[in-house]
Amino acid sequence: MATRAIDSRNTVSAVAADDRRRWFRGQAFWLVAPALLLLVICLGLPLAIVTLRSFSEPQWGWQNYAWFFGTPVNLTVLQRTFAISAWVTLVCLIAGYPYAYVMTAVGPKMRLVLILCVLVPFWVSGVVRTLAWVILLQDSGVINSVIRAVGLSPVKLIRTQTGVVIGMAQVLLPFMILPLYSVMKTIDLRLMQAARSLGASPARAFAQVYLPLSLPGVYAGAIIVFILALGFYITPALLGGPRSTMLSTLIQNQVLSLLNWGRGGAMGVVLLIATFVLLALAAPLSRQPHKTGSTR
Amino acid sequence: MKQRGRILLGLYCLLVAVWLVAPTIVVVPMSFNDKKSLAFPPSGFSWQWYQNFFTSPEWSASLVGSLKVAVVTAVFATVIGTLAAFGLDRMKSRVSGVLRALLITPMVVPGVVLAVGIYAVYLDMRLVGTMTGFVLAHTMLAVPFVIIAVSASLEVFDKRLETAAASLGATRLTAFRTVTLPLIAPGILSGLLFAFVTSFDEIIVALFITSPYLKTLPVQIFSSITRDADPTVAAVGTLLFITTSLVIGAGLLIGSRQGKR
Repeated sequence: MATRAIDSRNTVSAVAADDRRRWFRGQAFWLVAPALLLLVICLGLPLAIVTLRSFSEPQWGWQNYAWFFGTPVNLTVLQRTFAISAWVTLVCLIAGYPYAYVMTAVGPKMRLVLILCVLVPFWVSGVVRTLAWVILLQDSGVINSVIRAVGLSPVKLIRTQTGVVIGMAQVLLPFMILPLYSVMKTIDLRLMQAARSLGASPARAFAQVYLPLSLPGVYAGAIIVFILALGFYITPALLGGPRSTMLSTLIQNQVLSLLNWGRGGAMGVVLLIATFVLLALAAPLSRQPHKTGSTR
Repeated sequence: MKQRGRILLGLYCLLVAVWLVAPTIVVVPMSFNDKKSLAFPPSGFSWQWYQNFFTSPEWSASLVGSLKVAVVTAVFATVIGTLAAFGLDRMKSRVSGVLRALLITPMVVPGVVLAVGIYAVYLDMRLVGTMTGFVLAHTMLAVPFVIIAVSASLEVFDKRLETAAASLGATRLTAFRTVTLPLIAPGILSGLLFAFVTSFDEIIVALFITSPYLKTLPVQIFSSITRDADPTVAAVGTLLFITTSLVIGAGLLIGSRQGKR
């Protein structure tokens, strides 16, 4: 009798808990609903319209895509967009990898200083940072006055591809350093000591132990920098010239200046697809397979 | 050998740190230029560009516009994002994983493509150059940052505390208000700050949907840079730089004081 009472009480409370969980889940969806609604209105609808117009303006068909892929200038710009993004990613990686490593190796006070150096530009308005690069790179700018003071002949930096890469890499560097750092700080440095004690040279210990463990951070940082670079608009628009135009500028030009929604839309769809294909390809790489330094 | 390697690595880091921070500082001397030019070095000293920023109706209107949009956006994005973070936290992990990925997409969609689409929608709905238009678009862009910030603090939040409060007789709302909310407040606050900055700094969508009636500060800076070499932009840059540095400095001070307690 007593056991049955306990049993039934257990069942009742289990049912109640179950009910509550189900209610929780139903309610949980409603909590996310406003964000989803906003996403549909401000992201889904606009992207749908861009895609639709790329097929429907001025008339139905693939004409805008045929134009895009049939015009050499467009292909040059597309290729350049990928090339500039690749350069920016490479520069960020070369500058960011050692920096992120040092962040994990120094004491807490120094680490705070290094983190601040990464975050300060992060918090300064993007337009202002680009303005700073205009001041630095222009023909009468800081870099060229230094070069002239030393007695060398001035270099053309603004409105060149080099200038665009330098400026973009600086703007995007924090996006490389932060993922690198978050992976590197989980790497147990004693693993390197272990490799050394087993006779590996420092270079070999790095290449065979540290580098593979840090790869998820490299992939995560590289993919986010590359994707953001592909869609960059402000920095190339202000630092670049006609010979360093990127796809974003071309899209803006088609829509705002030429009012050609079809062609602009087709370019937008190309950029969008490139972004999502890259994301889909790279997402599995940047997942950390397992935490290091655990007991296993 | 090892020592030399370390010194080299340290120097390399110093170089990268200079590259990260120094370019921004260059706007400070430019803002005191006495001539209407952005050529370096400035030829003399004057305050006129700061004076121009505060007295010219164009500049002050864009500052006010930006502040209005950013404040409203921050409030909306924080409420919507916090609700969503809670919802995601309480869902089956498979569903929440998909939804989370979906809700974060605004961060990776190329800005110009999004801006073109929003512009098209707004032209039809007569939202170009309106407060509603700006706030809608900026809220959508800012919500992912709030979700990330609040989710991070929900992850370390011990749900048993809510159960404990409930077992002591608190209703769900009371438990939320007196236990959950104070514990995740830092996450919500940083989400709010991120949302504000996202809106205040946003330019690409703003460039498309701007109008003479409502302009934001980044748009004004951009058009000033492309129009002529007006050092007022350097003055604005300096002011923004100093303000954000003060805010971050204050945040760090408060944070370290709380850490010591």
